[in-house]
This record gives sequence, structure tokens and C-alpha cells, in this order.
Amino acid sequence: MLTKRIIPCLDVVDNRVVKGVNFLNLRDAGDPVELGARYSDEGADELVFLDITATIRSRKTIVELVEKVAENVFIPFTVGGGIQSVEQIDELLRSGAEKVSVNTAAVANPNLLAEAAQRFGNQCVVLAIDARRSKDRPGKWQVCVKAGSEPTDIDVVEWAARGEESGAGEILLTSMDADGTKAGYDNELNKAVTDAVNIPVIASGGAGTLEHLYDAIIDGGADAVLMASITHFENYTITQMKEYLRDRGVPMNL
Amino acid sequence: MIVVIDYNVGNVKSVCNAFKHIGCEAKLSREAGVIENATGIVLPGVAAFGYAISSLGPLAGLIKSMALGGKSLLGICVGYQMLFESSSEYGRHKGLGLLGGNVGPIPPGRVIPHMGWNLVELPEDMDLFAGLGNEKHFYFAHSFCAAVTDIKAKIAYANYGFKLAASVQKANIYGTQFHPEKSGKTGLKVLHNFADICKKQEKKN
Repeated sequence: MLTKRIIPCLDVVDNRVVKGVNFLNLRDAGDPVELGARYSDEGADELVFLDITATIRSRKTIVELVEKVAENVFIPFTVGGGIQSVEQIDELLRSGAEKVSVNTAAVANPNLLAEAAQRFGNQCVVLAIDARRSKDRPGKWQVCVKAGSEPTDIDVVEWAARGEESGAGEILLTSMDADGTKAGYDNELNKAVTDAVNIPVIASGGAGTLEHLYDAIIDGGADAVLMASITHFENYTITQMKEYLRDRGVPMNL
Repeated sequence: MIVVIDYNVGNVKSVCNAFKHIGCEAKLSREAGVIENATGIVLPGVAAFGYAISSLGPLAGLIKSMALGGKSLLGICVGYQMLFESSSEYGRHKGLGLLGGNVGPIPPGRVIPHMGWNLVELPEDMDLFAGLGNEKHFYFAHSFCAAVTDIKAKIAYANYGFKLAASVQKANIYGTQFHPEKSGKTGLKVLHNFADICKKQEKKN
């Protein structure tokens, strides 16, 4: 049986980790390499690095960052942010990333997921979805692109299922409504997506307490839980999270 | 020195980084002259099988003949899958044929890819797991798996709703479906054990 995964997320701007609320009001949270190595030592199951500015200049920085992280981190890590081509995916994997997440480019170029999966295997290809509750359609969520700034008409659950068909090996599902609020994951969203796909889903956005992690796994059906605020600002250690979940019967790598 | 085969697929550098971290010398190379002088060979791999085996090109023959000659060889993930006879990932592809068995899709009825940390039962007589006890978690990320038919192979299994061959050893040939270079401290110990195996083997020769 697979254990459930604890995944700290490092949003990176100009070689610093930052964290905001609802994708806004960013606050500094430290050096990405140091923080990554610390989480790796503490027993995190994986890491996610997101280049949230995703400019041409930052893309070069992120490759260098991936190389440095890979020298110090011996657990898997995913890199995302502004990735548009198979060549860029190749470069990041060769620099030491285990997986690459694609968001906006998967919407703009529907072949990208399939091309990447055929070349690198679908376990390397993560479809990142920024989801926002639809105002017009209750109980539905819409896919947002360009770091959440641009809503589309695409339904999140349909998009996730199409992503799986195209070749995504995992879905990183972020609730924009819950992100950074520490009020809990959007487990209706998580449940809707985990019911619709057969690939692992990482629940993201809203973790504030240990119980929230449990709820995302049990109520949301998530295979992994991602968090930023509650680890970066040291509310909880990785061990505390894992012990709590293990004691409530969730299989953990401890 | 251990040589990690560099053949244009993802994640080759991570294996070198891990060896460096534990104080073992390992060199990334695709040159026949360098590979021929290796004390041990690591065949890593993050790629689809067909792409990986064709990227290996003429190195496939060299690695196979060195392994048959007694050189310690460790295949990781797709590098492990390539040790077998064939794979059906995106078409039909021939492997190195060093281990009996074929690679096919993970049986349906579970989450695929098999991605994350799975407990592996560690047989006492497998050298790669010396000092690690009866069972440990390792990191897996794959959609295909080997059905081992080789009667001479020792096998460490993981339970993923079916018996998954997580690691195989046949004489000097070793393979892990999981990623030791990404399995934290436990995985680093496996790489350390492989480095020790290579050293012992060199002394014998």
C-alpha cells in the first residue's frame, strides 16, 4: 500500500520562497535551497517548487535553482511555473527535478501533456489546476490560468479527466478560494476531482490545522496534501503532521 | 570508479548527486572508454521505455557484455526495466535480456501511476539491503512493472494490491523499480551498499 504524502510547497520569486493569501500579498519565507534541504531532512515525502512569476529571466534562475536543490535534496521534487515546451521539461528533468507541472500551457496547447508523457513517461507529468468556484454555476469550479489571473470557461472536473486521458500522471489541484487562508482545503472540489480520475491527486490550498490534512485525505480522497503557510512559518513540523495522521490510521512513511 | 550512464534521459544527475552526498565517487559518462574502466555501472532512467532503450544505442551492447562478464550493474526505474527481455510501453520494445521476464502495465484497479512511498519487504540475502532490517519505505514513480520469470533472481516485493517486484538481484546484476536516489536516508543506504558491492567485486577481480 502507498503511504499518503506530505508535500511542502515552495513558491519562488527572485530566488526567495514567498507565500501569499488567495495568490496575493506575498510574504518572504526563506531561501529555497535551505528550506528544501530542511524539509528533506525532516522527512517530507516530496517537495514542489513553483516559479510564480514565470518570466523569461526567472526561467533561467529556476533551472539554476533546480540544480542546487538537486544537490541537497534526496526526495522527489516537482518544478512548475511558466513551462511551455517539451524542451523546457527536458531541461528541468535533466537538472534534477523528478516531475514537472504544467498549467497554462496545457490549456493553450492540448498536445503538450501527450508529447511530454510519450517522451518522459506520464509519472513525470503533473497537470496543475488552479480552481475557482464558479459564480454562475453552483457546485462547479472553473480553471484559471496565468497564475490564477485569468479565468477560463473550462470546468475543473472535466479538465482533470481530459488531463488524465492526455497523459498527465498526477494532478496538483489548488483551490484559489482556500489558498493561504488556513481555513481548510476545499474538499468538495477535491472529492469531485478524485472521483473523476484514476491518477493521484495532490490537494492544495487552505491547510491550517492537522485536522485539515486528515479531512483532505479522508473526505477529499486526496493521495497527497500540499501545504505552505503552516510549514514555512513553523506552525507544525513534518513529523507532527505525519504522527498525527498515522495515529488516526492514515498510512504514512515514518 | 562507479560510472552512471548518461544517455539523454531525465534525472541522471540526481544519482551522481546522491553518490557524492554519501562520499562515493561516481562519474556521469556516455563514453565507451570511460564505461569500460568502471568498477560498477549504474543505469538510471526517467523516460518511457522505448525512448530510453533507443537513446542507449550502442551502449546497450557494451553494458550487457560487461554485466555478463561479472561487472556490478544497478538499474534504476526504467534502467531496471531495461534489464528484462521486453516492454510493452507505447509499442513493443526489446530490453537487454539480462533478467528473465517482461515489462507490462501495472494491473488496473488501483491508482496508476504507482507514485509515492511504498513499503518493501527486504529479504535477508539481498546485498543491496544490508543493514536495513526487514522492511522499509521507498519512493516509486512508474506505470509499468516487471513480471519476473527468472528462477535465479532474488526478489524483494512491495504490496500494491498485487505483488510488485520492487527489486531484483541475480549474481552481479541488481535492479530497483523504486528510486534509491530519491528515497531519503534509506535510499542513500542502498546506494552505499551498491558502492560496497562494487568495491568487493573489484578486489576479487
